[in-house]
Amino acid sequence: METFLGDIHYARWVLSALLVLPLAGAALLAAVPAAAAKRVALLVTVAEFIVSAGLWWAYDPAGPAMQLTAAAPWVREWGIGYRVGIDGISLTLVLLTTFLMPLAVLGSWAGITTRERAYYGLLLVLTTGMLGVFVALDLFLFYVFWEVMLIPMYFVIGVWGGSGRLYASIKFFVYTMLGSLLMLVAILYLYYDAGRAAGGAYSFSYDFVLRHAAVPLRAQFWLFGAFFLAFAIKVPMVPFHTWLPDAHVEAPTAGSVILAAILLKMGAYGFIRFALPFFPSVAFHPTVSAVVIALAVVGIVDGALVAMVQPDFKKLIAYSSVSHLGFVVLGVWALTVESAQGAVMVMINHGISTGALFFLVGMLYERRHSRLIADFGGIARVVPAYAAALTLVSLSSIGLPGTNGFVGEFLVLLGTFRTHPAAAAIATTAVVFAAAYLLWALQRIIYQPLDKRENEALPDLVPREYAVLVPLMAVIVWLGLAPAPILRRTEPSVRHFIETVQSRSAPPAVAEAEPR
Amino acid sequence: MSALAGSAADAVGLTVLLPFLGFLVNGALAFVGPRRTRLISIVGVGSVAAAFGVAVLVFLAVLGAHPDEPYVRSFWTWMPAGDLAVRAALQVDQLSVVMLLVVTGVGALIHLFSVGYMGEDPGYARYFAYLNLFIAFMVVLVLGASFPVLFIGWEGVGLCSYLLIGFWFTDREKAAAGLKAFLVNRIGDAGFLVGMFLLFKHLGTLEFVAVAERAPRLLTPGGGPATAIALLLFLGCAGKSAQIPLYTWLPDAMAGPTPVSALIHAATMVTAGVFLVARAGVLFALAPAASAAVAAVGAVTALFAATIGLKQWDIKKVLAYSTVSQLGYMFVGVGSGAYAAGIFHLVTHSFFKALLFLGAGSVIHALHRAYHHTHRRADAQDMRNMGGLATCLPVTSRVMWVATLAIAGIPPLAGFFSKDEILAAAFGRGAESPFWYGVWLLGAAAALLTAFYMTRLMLYTFHGPNRTGTPERPHIRESPRVMTLPLVALAALTVAGGLLNLPHVGTLHHWLEPVTRAAAELVAEPRPPLGTELALMALAVLIAATGIWLARTKLRPELLVPADRSKPETGWQKLLLEKYRVDEFYDAVLVRPVVWLSRVVLWKALDAGAIDAAGVNGSAVVARSLGWLGSRLQSGQVGTYVLIFVVGALAVLGALTG
Repeated sequence: METFLGDIHYARWVLSALLVLPLAGAALLAAVPAAAAKRVALLVTVAEFIVSAGLWWAYDPAGPAMQLTAAAPWVREWGIGYRVGIDGISLTLVLLTTFLMPLAVLGSWAGITTRERAYYGLLLVLTTGMLGVFVALDLFLFYVFWEVMLIPMYFVIGVWGGSGRLYASIKFFVYTMLGSLLMLVAILYLYYDAGRAAGGAYSFSYDFVLRHAAVPLRAQFWLFGAFFLAFAIKVPMVPFHTWLPDAHVEAPTAGSVILAAILLKMGAYGFIRFALPFFPSVAFHPTVSAVVIALAVVGIVDGALVAMVQPDFKKLIAYSSVSHLGFVVLGVWALTVESAQGAVMVMINHGISTGALFFLVGMLYERRHSRLIADFGGIARVVPAYAAALTLVSLSSIGLPGTNGFVGEFLVLLGTFRTHPAAAAIATTAVVFAAAYLLWALQRIIYQPLDKRENEALPDLVPREYAVLVPLMAVIVWLGLAPAPILRRTEPSVRHFIETVQSRSAPPAVAEAEPR
Repeated sequence: MSALAGSAADAVGLTVLLPFLGFLVNGALAFVGPRRTRLISIVGVGSVAAAFGVAVLVFLAVLGAHPDEPYVRSFWTWMPAGDLAVRAALQVDQLSVVMLLVVTGVGALIHLFSVGYMGEDPGYARYFAYLNLFIAFMVVLVLGASFPVLFIGWEGVGLCSYLLIGFWFTDREKAAAGLKAFLVNRIGDAGFLVGMFLLFKHLGTLEFVAVAERAPRLLTPGGGPATAIALLLFLGCAGKSAQIPLYTWLPDAMAGPTPVSALIHAATMVTAGVFLVARAGVLFALAPAASAAVAAVGAVTALFAATIGLKQWDIKKVLAYSTVSQLGYMFVGVGSGAYAAGIFHLVTHSFFKALLFLGAGSVIHALHRAYHHTHRRADAQDMRNMGGLATCLPVTSRVMWVATLAIAGIPPLAGFFSKDEILAAAFGRGAESPFWYGVWLLGAAAALLTAFYMTRLMLYTFHGPNRTGTPERPHIRESPRVMTLPLVALAALTVAGGLLNLPHVGTLHHWLEPVTRAAAELVAEPRPPLGTELALMALAVLIAATGIWLARTKLRPELLVPADRSKPETGWQKLLLEKYRVDEFYDAVLVRPVVWLSRVVLWKALDAGAIDAAGVNGSAVVARSLGWLGSRLQSGQVGTYVLIFVVGALAVLGALTG
């Protein structure tokens, strides 16, 4: 495989191709009849996944440095460049994205019946935006992609969403926009600061800014705050999370899947790539760190408890995301290799498992036009395959050992316990609440008497739905039993992240954050 | 290099793989061929029987080599992250191979019994799929070479338990019982997890061999970390093995099919906590206070559950509380540092309690068919609907008497020796502190009650007049061969099981020595002087005989009336029948407040109220108002602009200089 990739100079063009291909696909959509739109979209996303699959072999697991880089000047006089590249962390998120997009198209197959060309075109543009965020090595480029992915999502929710879509999409938009504008200000400040420090050679290059920026501590506090707000809204962390349940409930299935599986990861990714390496002295200032960790733990427990009492299954899963993403933030801030590795795993696992859960809710909704738990009951008798799939995916979401969910949570908690034992111990209670909210919901949906006439003739899974669920379930088991191939690829990058943060932070914070 | 490398022990992975393949095949058949009962039976029973065959070969290999060190068979790297290195690895040693034989052996017999018991159920394939999966996870539990791998099995068997308790899921109560079992177990598991984290923080490893090697060096005996680790692990054990305060799920778990109660909720899964304490013996030996707590919880649970068992009418509920009580004994054993005695009782209990449950299953099956014949709806598990069944079910009745005498502690049956050893161990430690005499006393009192409630069960079920109903009586027949055969096999094991570890000549004790040595080096195994031991034995027989005699003379099966004509109990009898109302108590102080907090405070008041209504939408209102204000201010009056400008500039300057 490696020789083949070498022969075709894969490393040189792959990232650029991944960014261009969906855009080309979106352009192509304008030229085909609406009825063919979904097939074209499927073709493009599958092609995208095949192209991206080579990354698995092309990426050298050993090196923490950015790989497969490409660069071209863009606006030379302002030092804006097209600079892309990936490390182990972005690698996994890129693959997660390209893996989920064909499934998202398949998941929209029956549910989207109006303005199909526009819908699938937006999905493809969104793909470019998301991938761009994960591969950008230029702060300006990063910001552009960040905004690019916001707009299609706004329309996907606002046009193809449910009855409350207007409120939800505006809430989503205003919240995210508020964060990203502050981030833009912070990026500009960093740009000028680094340029001045470098003697007038201004550049938005990630490495350049990281190397030269010498922001005074007081200003760092504000800049960190701006980045933090942008990413914390995206994650979302309590108390910035209330846009999420609304957006999820109103979004069409694929919108929910992408939102949960990938968009939320951008917040966590932003922490790891930008906010923490740039401002470690602030991020790991004892007070700041204590507040963030407290918010993460509150999110973990609060998200689970609120999920437990939701009457709407989709909203339940949305709240469970708040809980899961709390683990990511906790693992990152605990700053141990184990916990940060766990955080990366939770990011992937949440994408797989929660993505699958949203697909499953969508399948139920398409059959019954309801998401209310109380409208179901006993349907395992009529849709046994659906019930089996829902059970396996739920088990992965509650972190049953042997499934992917366990690996991430376990590593986060194990690592966090080394530096913040109390936080880890409190967060561990979530394993009880997680089981409570999902299995209780399962009990009321697939078990108990089949006592509602509307449910008696529900059709079981169709081949297209198997095509969506089987790959996800395979990954659930694979990453549960043998996550080492992923962990091996992310570990050097995670170590590099921790070293960067520690070497750049002021002495008191280092003492605070040092593992053991 | 272990002496076992290259031997049959290398095939140990098959004991996981075979039942797992059985699960896959039967799981597929549940969808594509649910009526192919022959194939399902062959795959279901065959995969476990084959695993038992492999287990015997592994056992023989260990017997031949009798290695001092465990043999760790490693397959792949599971979770490498930072300093953590967990391999997907199985550990073969004297302890795990004993457990392996019990799990696959008793498991195979119960699978065979299920062929008869579940034969007419439409979910036959699904049933065997779950049961096979259970065996696979249980084998992972007993063979896992590290805490996390053990934990895969630990939660995996919990999953199967959940699925099988709720097997007849269209029944609201049964589905709820499954959920309750899972959640209560998860409370324990949260403790188990934190215990692992603490262990890793102090030892930097979670693999058993390395833990046993490092723990004595890195943990201070009796120190805070050692005690905390042991207590946290024990919280997990209390969940899995149904000890106070987490025992409430097990009686409800009887909602599952009866062979499941025999396999999971009597013979194997629920003993996992005892196994874990023995497996982590070094850690408990380093934490005497935690060990004492284990013994105390075990002793109190043994007595407490036995009192509830006195008044239950449901035959399975009696056995369920009996199981909780017997598990208490096992914890007294391992808590006293007598790990071999605890494991010994685990093994013998798995024989006679599986036998009792399957026997009860045979009775229920017979009654169920009889009621089915006459189309009457009556409770086939209520002992008030039984009586005099010894004549119709001769085999079942006889083997159950064997098991009853064994659990009551009549020599030379298996239960006598194992229970006696545990009580002797606790008594032997009385020289250190009178606390241990208290533990012994509780255990002895529970033994009296055990003999009583078991005799009660037998009298009400098999003797006196029959209360099933005149039309049904001719239809009550002994179960088919496929069910009675496992009963007879288990009865034979119940008779002979005591030979495994006769006092002073015993072999199990010696056999486990390489495993228990590390713990024994820290805390000497208690053993009272020979004279005391003989006196205790005599006393134990006397207690058992008294219990049986009391039941025989005090109870009047001939005065009982069928369940639907019985008067409700009053006073303390009602309290016992209602199990001291502990479930209601938990519901009122834990479940309801948490749900209320989540719904009313966290969701409605904070999320929807404070953040959304006041914060988010409130800020929209503020923004709109500001917009309105702004539009008013743009009045075109230059003077107003200048005024605002000056005020604003002053405010900014003040903020910057202040």
